[in-house]
Amino acid sequence: MSILVDQNTRLLVQGITGREGGFHAGQAIEYGTKVVAGVTPGKGGTIWEGASAKHEVPVFNTVAKAVEITGANVSVIFVPPPFAADAIMEAADAGLALVVAITEGIPTLDMIRVKQFLADHPGTRLIGPNCPGIISPGKCKVGIMPGRIHKQGNIGVLSRSGTLTYEAVGQLTALGIGQSTCIGIGGDPIIGTNFVDALTLMNADPDTHGIILIGEIGGNAEEDAAAYIKANVKKPVVGFIAGRTAPPGRRMGHAGAIIAGGKGTAADKIAALKAAGVAVAESPALLGETMAALTAES
Amino acid sequence: MKIHEYQAKQILARFGVKVPRGEVAANADEARAVVERLGGGTVVVKAQIHAGGRGKAGGVKVVKGADAAVEAATAMMGKTLVTHQTGPEGRVVQRVLIEEGLAIARELYLGLVIDRATGRAVFMASTEGGVEIEEVAANHPEKVLREPVDPSVGFQSFQARKLAFGLGLTGGLINEGVQFLTSLYKAFEATDASLAEINPLIVTADDHLLALDAKMNFDDNALFRHADIKALRDINEEDPLEVRATNYGLNYIRLEGNVGCMVNGAGLAMSTMDIIQYAGGSPANFLDVGGGANEEQVRHGFEIILGDPNVRAVLINIFGGIMRCDIVANGVVSASRQLRIKVPVVVRLEGTNVELGQKILAESGLNFIVAQGMKDAAEKVVAAAQQRVH
Repeated sequence: MSILVDQNTRLLVQGITGREGGFHAGQAIEYGTKVVAGVTPGKGGTIWEGASAKHEVPVFNTVAKAVEITGANVSVIFVPPPFAADAIMEAADAGLALVVAITEGIPTLDMIRVKQFLADHPGTRLIGPNCPGIISPGKCKVGIMPGRIHKQGNIGVLSRSGTLTYEAVGQLTALGIGQSTCIGIGGDPIIGTNFVDALTLMNADPDTHGIILIGEIGGNAEEDAAAYIKANVKKPVVGFIAGRTAPPGRRMGHAGAIIAGGKGTAADKIAALKAAGVAVAESPALLGETMAALTAES
Repeated sequence: MKIHEYQAKQILARFGVKVPRGEVAANADEARAVVERLGGGTVVVKAQIHAGGRGKAGGVKVVKGADAAVEAATAMMGKTLVTHQTGPEGRVVQRVLIEEGLAIARELYLGLVIDRATGRAVFMASTEGGVEIEEVAANHPEKVLREPVDPSVGFQSFQARKLAFGLGLTGGLINEGVQFLTSLYKAFEATDASLAEINPLIVTADDHLLALDAKMNFDDNALFRHADIKALRDINEEDPLEVRATNYGLNYIRLEGNVGCMVNGAGLAMSTMDIIQYAGGSPANFLDVGGGANEEQVRHGFEIILGDPNVRAVLINIFGGIMRCDIVANGVVSASRQLRIKVPVVVRLEGTNVELGQKILAESGLNFIVAQGMKDAAEKVVAAAQQRVH
C-alpha cells in the first residue's frame, strides 16, 4: 500500500500547455501515472500531445469540466505564481481529493486566503506549494521528482525540501531500501499538508515500516512533528534538519527557511526530535545508512 | 524586502496611521530646511539604516535648535554605524530622519506578523514598549496580547477595542487606538507586508497615539504587484555580491568561510553548507541556482562565488530533478573556460542524465575533481581548500 496516490490516481494537470507543466506531464505518463486531463483556460477542446507528439491528453477550460468528463481525482498545479492561488481554489471547488501545488513564489497573503477557502472544502487536501510533489514508487508520480531514483518499498519520506528529498531517496535506493510514498510538503511558510498531517497518514499505513523526516530551519513544524511522534509513532523515524550553519535573520532560499527572533534554529529542532526518540542523522550523507541500521534492528 | 524607517512611516501615513511630523535629509542643507519647517524647536535626528539597535549605537540624537540638529545630522551621515544587528562591519548612514521632539507619557509595543502555524496575520501588543518583543514573550508571556485576523472578514473593530483596552488606553485614546490599529492592518494587507512593527507606539503627554518608530518588511513573492514598494529597495544596505546575484535571479547569501558552493535547491544548498562544516571546513556562501537554472545561470553563479576573495575551493553539488546534469556540466565547463578558474572545483552530479554530465566534465580537458556522493564531495573540497591555505 501507499498513501494519497497510487495506481487508482487519475491525474489532472493544471497548466499542461506550459513549458514546465508539459514537460512534467510527459514524465509522469512515462512513469506510468494515468494523466487523464489537462486544464488551460482558453485551450479547452484541444488535445495535448507533448513535445514529441506521443501523448494524447484532452485539455479543458475549467477543472470542473475536466472532472465531470474524465473522472480526475488528483490535480497537480504548474500555474505561474500570480494565478496559482486561484488554480488551487478552482481545484478544491471542483471537489478534487488531492491538489499538489508545485509552483514556487505564491504570495503569502494569497496562501492565507487559500487556507481559509480550503477550511470550507474539507474534502480537499493540499500538498505544497513550492514543493516537488508526491510519489508512490512503482505506482504513481505526481510532481517534478526524477522517477528513476525511486524504488518501491516500505519507507515513507517526508520533507520540506525538493532536491534534499532526492538525496535521501537516492541513498535509500542505493542501499536496496524501497519507499512506500515520498512527500515534499513545501518550503513556504504557509502550506497545505504539514508534517503532522503526513505523519498521521504514514503512521496508519501498514506498508510504511519506517519514516524519514527532513526538516529545516524556520517555523515550528519540526517541533510539532516531534511532539506527535513522541505520542503516537512506534515505527522507526530518522530525522535530519538542514541549516545548522545558516545565519539568523537570513532567508535561506525557501520563503519559510529563516531563523527569526531566535526561533526556528536547527539546534532546537534537533533537540526536539531527539527527545521524541528520532534517530537524527548528523550528516545529510548518513540518512540512508541511519535508516538501514534502524530497520535491521527491528 | 526591507525598507527604511522613513519609508515605512510614509507608507503608514498614507493609510491613516499617525506618525510624528518629520522629513528625511541627505545633507546639511536639507537637514537645516527640515528643522526650520518643523519650527526650530527640539528635534530627534535618526540615522536611517536597515537595522535595529540604533539608539544604543549613537544613531538617535535628541537636540534643540537648528544648529545642533544640523551638527548631529552631519555627524551621522557618511559614518558607519555598528549596532547589535549590523554585524561588526556596520552600515554606512546615507540619510537621517528628522522629527519633531515629543513629550512621551507611555511607550507601548504593537506588531503585525504572519503566524505560520495558523496561516493568519496576528496582532501582537504589549504595554512593554521599546523592548524587543521576543524578550517580553520569553520573560513575561502574559504581557503579550495576541489577536489573530480572520482572512475572510479582515480585522474587526471589536478586536481593535480588545487590544486598545488591553493596552490600558482610556478616554479619547480608545477611539484613536482603534483607528490606529485598523489603519495599520489596512496598510499591512494592501502592501503584502510580512511584518509591520511599531516599537514604541507612544502616548504623548497631551494624550495622542503616534508611531515613534516603524519597521515594515514585505513579501518578496508579492513584489510583482507592488512596483511602488519594489522601488524603495536600497542596494546600499545589501552586500554587492548579493545584489548582483538577485539581478541574475540567483539566491546567494555571503558567509564567512572559504569553501564556495553552488547547489540546486534550497534544502540541499543548506545541507551542503552543513556537510562542509561537518567535514571540517567552513562554507563561504549559500547559493541555490534553482531548479530551472540554465548554462548562463550557472556561469553567473560561478562569477558571484569567485567574486568573494576568501573562496579557496568550490563545491558544485547538483541533484537533478527539473535540472538535467548535462546542462549543469555544460555550464560548469563553459564558465570555467571563460573565467579561467584557478581554484580547485569539486563536482558532484546526480540525477537525470548523470552519465552524460560526467562525460562532459571528463572530456572537457579541464581539471575537475569528480566526487561520488555528498560525503566524498565535502571531504574533497575541504581538503582542496586547506591545501591552498598552507
